[in-house]
Amino acid sequence: MKNNIYNFFATIIIAFVLSFVLPWWSIMTAALATSLFIPLKKAAVFFVPFLAILVFWGIYSFILSSANDYTLAKRIAVLLPLGGNPFILMLITGILGGLTAGIAAIFGKQIALMSKKG
Amino acid sequence: MKYAKLIISFVLTITVFFILNTKLGSIPPIGKFLNPYSGIWQNEKTETTSGDISIPGLKDKVTVHYDDQLIPYVFAQNESDLYKAQGYLTAKHRLWQLEFQTFAASGRLSEIIGEKALDYDRTERRRGMGYGADQAIAYMKEHDKETLGYIQDYADGVNAYIKQLKPEDYPVEYKLLDYKPEAWTPKKTALLLMYMTKMLAGYDDDLEYTNTLRLLGKDNFELLFPDFFDITDPVIPKETDWSFIDVAQTPLPNSQAVLDTITETISKPHPDNGSNNWAISGTKSATGNPILANDPHLGLNLPSIWFVMQLSTPKHNAFGATIPGALSVISGFNQYIAWGETNATRDVIDWYKVEFNKDRTKYKYDGQWKDVSIRVEDIKIKGKENYKDTVLYTHHGPVVYDKNFKSDMELAGYAMKWIGHEGGNNQKTFIELNKAKNYDEYVQALQYWNAPAQNFVFASTEGDIALWIQGKFPNKWEGQGKFLMDGSNPENDWQSYIPQQFNAHTKNPDRGFVSSANQHPVDENYPFYVFNDGYETYRNRVINDYFNSKEKFSVEDFKNLHNNNYNLKAAEIVPYMLEHMDTSPLDEEEMSIYNEIKAWKFNNDIDEVGPSIFRQWYGKLYILVWDEFVSEDTALSSPFTYQTIYLLKNHGEHKFMDIVKTEDKVETAKDLILIAFRSAVSKLIEIREEKGNYKWANYKATYAGHLLQALPAFSRFDIPIGGDRNIVNATSENHGPSWRMIVEMSSPPTALGIYPGGQSGNPGSKYYDNLIDDWAEGKYLQLNFLQSSQATDAIISTLTLTPKN
Repeated sequence: MKNNIYNFFATIIIAFVLSFVLPWWSIMTAALATSLFIPLKKAAVFFVPFLAILVFWGIYSFILSSANDYTLAKRIAVLLPLGGNPFILMLITGILGGLTAGIAAIFGKQIALMSKKG
Repeated sequence: MKYAKLIISFVLTITVFFILNTKLGSIPPIGKFLNPYSGIWQNEKTETTSGDISIPGLKDKVTVHYDDQLIPYVFAQNESDLYKAQGYLTAKHRLWQLEFQTFAASGRLSEIIGEKALDYDRTERRRGMGYGADQAIAYMKEHDKETLGYIQDYADGVNAYIKQLKPEDYPVEYKLLDYKPEAWTPKKTALLLMYMTKMLAGYDDDLEYTNTLRLLGKDNFELLFPDFFDITDPVIPKETDWSFIDVAQTPLPNSQAVLDTITETISKPHPDNGSNNWAISGTKSATGNPILANDPHLGLNLPSIWFVMQLSTPKHNAFGATIPGALSVISGFNQYIAWGETNATRDVIDWYKVEFNKDRTKYKYDGQWKDVSIRVEDIKIKGKENYKDTVLYTHHGPVVYDKNFKSDMELAGYAMKWIGHEGGNNQKTFIELNKAKNYDEYVQALQYWNAPAQNFVFASTEGDIALWIQGKFPNKWEGQGKFLMDGSNPENDWQSYIPQQFNAHTKNPDRGFVSSANQHPVDENYPFYVFNDGYETYRNRVINDYFNSKEKFSVEDFKNLHNNNYNLKAAEIVPYMLEHMDTSPLDEEEMSIYNEIKAWKFNNDIDEVGPSIFRQWYGKLYILVWDEFVSEDTALSSPFTYQTIYLLKNHGEHKFMDIVKTEDKVETAKDLILIAFRSAVSKLIEIREEKGNYKWANYKATYAGHLLQALPAFSRFDIPIGGDRNIVNATSENHGPSWRMIVEMSSPPTALGIYPGGQSGNPGSKYYDNLIDDWAEGKYLQLNFLQSSQATDAIISTLTLTPKN
């Protein structure tokens, strides 16, 4: 359980730091790294980094958007199309980031397993 | 097993990365697009308008004040810095549009949006857009290094902005289409001016007329497409004395039109592209100061075509609407004069049939073979191999139509002669107008202007008003270029140009006002041949009648005229239609709609139903009258509204009124009016069922569409505004007054202005479309013409541009 919490925060912090030097896929790097160094078990392998990045991206986009009355988010939510709802767009942003991070973490887990037993 | 898991998870990771990092069809690369640190969330902001920015190459400090509408007030110490700052600020607020317009101009859209734009790109290149821009640059290199230098300064300013951008700062459209801005060059300014030339002097019907002449004969053609209508109210007043002109019109040679069958022609600019402008003298003005107004009618787009700025140096101080990509103020004023433009439509495109030798390296001219030159257009296509299109050039111009494009003639083609290919120094006209202090300097500035020909309206604080129709016009023989000409006969070439000082103009006319609304420039007394594919015949009469209706006019009257919704066209035909329709077969529903339009006072206001009934009824009637012009395999253009109405009223029994399809029956105008009415009613009922009612605002549903095919997310729909084409308030569905300006020539001048958009090009900014509602309501912004770099109450922030060492 402890590892879940460590992993959760470590993923967010590393993703945040890496975002200054790497493009959007820095979240994959972050999730991969934490899965190697803070090992998790079963479904948590996917869901902890998934939730971490969902929260990170969701909140980050909310902060940017709410400061500007959701002007652009409302438009992009028409473009995609999400009925013009900016909050669904934030949720989608978070889920996409989370999904990517989760999958990268599964890959990291497999690498960790290989190096341990191999 | 564990290897399998490793490989599967690896493949999955790579797949997810690939999907989220790649543009798939019209879906942007969604990971790049949505992530909060470089995706669209970074565009979720209103622009910064304060601080210090250092710019390489700047000679001195430039102060940029902003007001609460994001209008920049630029104070530079010299012109070079001024145009650098203009480039920088235009890029700052309109980068994507600035670049996209030049991609559209040069036929490079396939690079951004892929193969679907290839036909468009080929058309623009075969039209010679890039060639024309090259000619303009070559001309300036040879004759005017100073202007070219300013154009380079502007480019440096744009590039200074682009260079400091990080990917997260790119405008949202780049992220959507997954590409990035490239460096700006002086040629792009030339391309932008070509784009304006195409928009305003790129319309012609010569090939359609050729088909019409062949099918209907000369007499019918002249009845349907007369050089002058039975009424003219020209730009230059009828009583003007032309005796000072001592150059004659080119004498008529023995030339015959080439009566080919043309199946398909290249796309044309919007036929409603036009404008209004007018100015009144001090004696006609309530305050004693001349007043001037301008409203250019263009497509209603977002980001808007216009960007309002004040541009000043210690030597001059100009204010008004600029166009991203062009230097200086285009429609505006300074401390001494005000100016504005409307399109002076004139036939400056002609077509020549050229015959080639066997390997298409030479063409026949004056009994000999002349060399063809070749321009290879290399078109980049996103995700595909380049497409190379070889365009043959003759001394006439590019051979637009040949066996490779919209034609099957093996050894012949149609070459285009267009004033847009002549090169020239259009930019200088605006740079000089911005600095002009009086009538003489205005006339001096105009002489550089070649195309698109414009009616330049003028007023000064000294009390002069004037209007020059300025452009480089061929001195044509009677009828030259109306139809396809034989390109091997030298007599068909443009023989000379009308000397610039003989361009039609008027200064301080007795009537106390000047005006133009794309109508005929002159009456029959002007000693040169003047022809165009259609002249406006309604707005001009409403405007001139208005100024003849009373003694004195105020700024308030000007506002009312800008927003005037009187439909003269309807007033001239609806009573006739009502009177000549047999109402006995009408049912109750039809009768009630009949009574609705009967009660209409011909104002296209938003709550009226009359305009919608008229649009439907007249629209259907027009199609019925000109059913002869519907053809799958021959390019034709049907006659203009004014002549259609004239024929309906005066030639109601003519054979054109007969519906071709009904072989056993001969219809007259009277029959068509009834058939059209009944079919209009059923359409109106459909609209009522779908939209609740057919009030004009609902029916017309005016919108301002984003430059990317009116992408709904970035467009504004259902803008409640009246008017229509041929009305002074020329707002139709997606076209209308793209900038409205009124300037009173007090010292210093006081001015109002507004446009349907906003100063920002960023859909995430509150300044993206914030002016639309006021524009629709007929309101204006009071323009704060600053007299010094001292900030006033209107200024909310200041940006300083400093030289970078």
